[in-house]
Amino acid sequence: MKALVWHGKQDIRCDQVSDPGIEDPRDAIIKVTSCAICGSDLHLFHNFIPAMKNGDIMGHEMMGEVVEVGSEAKGKLKKGDRIVVPFTIICGQCDQCRRGNFSVCERSNRNKEMADKVYGHSTAGLFGYTHLTGGYPGGQAEYLRVPFADATHIKVPDNLTDEQVLFLGDIFPTGWQAAAHCDIEPTDTVAVWGCGPVGQMAIRSAILLGARQVVAIDCIPERLSMAQAGGAITINFETESVIERLNDLTSGKGPEKCIDAVGLESHVSMGQPDTLLDRAKQAVMMESDRPHVVREMIYVCRPGGIISIPGVYSGLVDKIPLGIAMNKGLSFRMGQTHVNRWTDDLLRRIEEGQIDPSFVITHTARLEDGPEMYKMFRDKQDSCIKVVLKP
Amino acid sequence: MNMLMKSSRSPGDPRVISTGPGTLASPDQLARGLGWFSIGLGMLELFGAHRVARTLGLEGSEWMIRACGAREIGSGVACLSVNPAPGVAARIAGDALDIATLAVAAQQDDPRRGNAQLALLAVLGITVLDVICHQGLTARHARQPGPGRDYRDRSGFPKGLAHARNAQV
Repeated sequence: MKALVWHGKQDIRCDQVSDPGIEDPRDAIIKVTSCAICGSDLHLFHNFIPAMKNGDIMGHEMMGEVVEVGSEAKGKLKKGDRIVVPFTIICGQCDQCRRGNFSVCERSNRNKEMADKVYGHSTAGLFGYTHLTGGYPGGQAEYLRVPFADATHIKVPDNLTDEQVLFLGDIFPTGWQAAAHCDIEPTDTVAVWGCGPVGQMAIRSAILLGARQVVAIDCIPERLSMAQAGGAITINFETESVIERLNDLTSGKGPEKCIDAVGLESHVSMGQPDTLLDRAKQAVMMESDRPHVVREMIYVCRPGGIISIPGVYSGLVDKIPLGIAMNKGLSFRMGQTHVNRWTDDLLRRIEEGQIDPSFVITHTARLEDGPEMYKMFRDKQDSCIKVVLKP
Repeated sequence: MNMLMKSSRSPGDPRVISTGPGTLASPDQLARGLGWFSIGLGMLELFGAHRVARTLGLEGSEWMIRACGAREIGSGVACLSVNPAPGVAARIAGDALDIATLAVAAQQDDPRRGNAQLALLAVLGITVLDVICHQGLTARHARQPGPGRDYRDRSGFPKGLAHARNAQV
């Protein structure tokens, strides 16, 4: 089969690879009908997430049709079922899964020993990601083996298109969880840094959860226009001061809730000297992530507020003003998304027509065109915000 | 690192049979080559400044050669980053400084001026490569000028924004 394969820093190729097969009775094989390129795929593309290996198959946003089912998954799945695959692999039985903390499933990471040593305690296995999260082959491919398939799936009805439901596997629940973590109240201003796909979902989630005012911060005009369409007031940080505008919009008090949908590769610009220092440190491996957005959120957030971080960070950051955060009494909430905690509710909202996540798709291409689409997405060319690939 | 090497894939995981088209184009690969070249040359200038000075007839300018070495290493690291264009641009600026220095050395009344002339030729050649690389990177990776598309018709709310604001169920 064809698959997009990681061969090193900024080197992803469309390769011919062997087909996956059932390895465990709880497995299923799906024929991938749609998959997407995620912003966090770019962190792997840039080799900012440690423990990738040459030959790893990319992709953690995918859906398809079940073509083979292991004996122990047959009670929950059958051939022909149409499923979205959550990016977090879950056993559904461990203590964390029973609590709904699916992204820290205790059993699905097959490199648990390594993860225990690096993270202190292992987290869930993830598709198409680092070997610290199991190194499972991803879904930017024609076929995918789904481990623990009896639990790791979201069944979707035939009357909804792939484009309407594909993002249930990652970016929609990720944006939703970011907003849910904010405990939004009707008087709240929610500020969202980053208007990429997750930021767009977070904006719409905050609207649906009843925020009084949502403010979106970015510097890419087409992304700001999409944020505006979703009900946000926009700030272009290259032409105006984020701190001044946020204070103006909140009577000088700052937003109650702040969402970082940027993560470890924040924009570098001459107007923000800390970003230049971060970039230099990152280049010589003195720091793994560029946390400008976290610093800005801590500074501008209203005392007693909540900082929600769905953006991916990989390791070590410098110069975080923890003293300011402590004295302002800020709460931090973050983590990989507990996808299946949210998907029943989100699927219902899609079916009822409250939201159609396909709004974010700007480009659709063949799997073979995947490497070129990675480049286009990375370089933000042709107003690209979200790419869907059709194997 | 040892743990990573031991974290073998499952026997059933798909294996690469043949490799296809990828993301790395010629300018990207050239930038990487120039980056490593820059770091190598920089190390030589930094740690072998006396020898370089003797070869080119630039005795007394060892401090300047070391400074050039540090500059080469800096631009080399930038060339190896995820956005190599500024690193290659820094190399072109450095080439101009090197050309000016070597042009003076090549005209000195010194039996070693032949070495300086050879070095000048080499720098001129690599400057051409740097310029080609920078043009290639810009053509491949730059964002088109202009405001981009207008997505203000993409609310994502089929029943409209006002309905979405009141959908707290």
